[in-house]
Amino acid sequence: MDNAYLIETIIKVVVILLIFSALAGIGTYFERKVLAFMQRRLGPMNVGPFGLLQVGADGIKLFTKEDIIPTNVVGPIFKIAPVITAATAFMAAAAIPFLPSFELFGHEVHPIVADINIGILYVLGVMAVGLFGPLLGGMASANKFSLLSAARAAAVFISYEVVTGLAILAPIMMVGSLSLIDFNNYQIEHGWIVWSQPVAFVLFWIAAFAETGRTPFHLIANDHEIIDGFGTEYSGMRWGLFFIGEYANMFFISFVIPILFLGGFGDGSVLGAVALFGKMAFFFFFFLWTRAAWPDVRPDQLMWLCWKVLMPVAVINVVITGLVMMF
Amino acid sequence: MMEQFNNRNISDNGYFLVDIVDYPTTGWGKFKRAIDRTFKLELFVGLWVVLREMIKFDIHTISYPEEKMPIGPRYRAVHEMKRLWESDTERCIGCGLCEKICISDCIRMDTRIDEESRKEVSEYTINLGRCIFCGYCAEVCPELAITHGGEYENASDQREHFVDYEAMLTPMDVMKQNAQKEFEGFGAITPHEDERVKKTPLAY
Ligand code: SF4
Ligand code: SF4
Repeated sequence: MDNAYLIETIIKVVVILLIFSALAGIGTYFERKVLAFMQRRLGPMNVGPFGLLQVGADGIKLFTKEDIIPTNVVGPIFKIAPVITAATAFMAAAAIPFLPSFELFGHEVHPIVADINIGILYVLGVMAVGLFGPLLGGMASANKFSLLSAARAAAVFISYEVVTGLAILAPIMMVGSLSLIDFNNYQIEHGWIVWSQPVAFVLFWIAAFAETGRTPFHLIANDHEIIDGFGTEYSGMRWGLFFIGEYANMFFISFVIPILFLGGFGDGSVLGAVALFGKMAFFFFFFLWTRAAWPDVRPDQLMWLCWKVLMPVAVINVVITGLVMMF
Repeated sequence: MMEQFNNRNISDNGYFLVDIVDYPTTGWGKFKRAIDRTFKLELFVGLWVVLREMIKFDIHTISYPEEKMPIGPRYRAVHEMKRLWESDTERCIGCGLCEKICISDCIRMDTRIDEESRKEVSEYTINLGRCIFCGYCAEVCPELAITHGGEYENASDQREHFVDYEAMLTPMDVMKQNAQKEFEGFGAITPHEDERVKKTPLAY
């Protein structure tokens, strides 16, 4: 491993970390604005022009708030849980190609930290580890509502991991590789995978909502209980880390869906890169859009949907794909 | 805006009965309902509704401290003491009816006989922390002296929050501009009172 490679990787890691932490903050601004406009409100208006500096104000508030560790919690686990959520969200970004490779100062830059050959498996796996954030946080909180929320989190994530895996299996069979770069290159030759695998696309998209814990599957931190589920006992930056993790996850999933199904960044032209950002923006917007439009489902309905509808459909999809590929 | 407040007839303003189908009890019924809901794409109706509102951008937010909703003329907020239009003197004759009727016992007043041997209010305070803004004082006042005003923004660092006679009384400069507003709510003279008033029988 030569030094240039090491330095390049470190720079890439730092850039991704900075950009996506900032994006997670700006994401909250967009979420508030979009939700507000859809509900005929104005959203944040008072801090800075159009409330743009609200993000900064929130950041200052989160950083300077007292970090309260309640009396009966299991200290070390309680403290580490939010870090797990945020860290795994960013770790997942390592295998995502954000842009086509480009020349910078006569040096070929691949905007992906590590093009490992198990890319998609790694992304989904690490995102799934993020489950331990809400789960451990809720269990260590010494709060019944947090505990219930942790139980829901476990149930949701375990069920939807199955759907995600099975849905993505059919495209993987077609591409014959787990690397996201290979997915992209396959789609240059054969056209977007969404045309050949529409069912897998819809299933993966539905599962992405569960994966990020967004409405209509927002029952992990169940707002209807008025309190914040597993985050109830958290304060200050620890709570903020849960938040950053959630938003970073939304951004990364919004990148992964178009790369897997909608042609990725295309043939490497600038247009392709812009298109990828456009697609990413649409999926991110869709997360906010559904939050304004749809109600949350009950845990039992969610289980019903996963095990009785989505999983059989995914299995049938895999079987049919296999048969078509065989003959 | 005022019409909106006064229109109590809500029955024909677009309210209608929603036809709610009974929940299916059989397995086949439940299956049919699930299929129905999946392929009728009802979720997209919801998506369209919120997107439409976003595109129309018909924001109904009132940026409160800068903008305020108009309140009805009958609104019962912090009390005011009115003056006579003719002589600019206080209307209150110190009869004590408001103190008597106040159900939360929050009016406290004192009177004395002044130099012209007329009754005059010397002390008059209302504890707004106790007042429930029922409007009885305004209704019972024979002189239309105590009324409710439109000032609803109060803050106090304790539960007792007093307002005294001087503060409630219409300022003289407002009187000079003929800008005193009559209260239209409890105890006020109803519109067209002049036509309806009858002479006393002895005058026939
Ligand atoms: S509004 Fe009611 S409670 Fe308040 S001072 Fe008048 S009579 Fe008393
Ligand atoms: S009822 Fe009217 S006139 Fe009598 S004391 Fe109260 S405010 Fe004065």
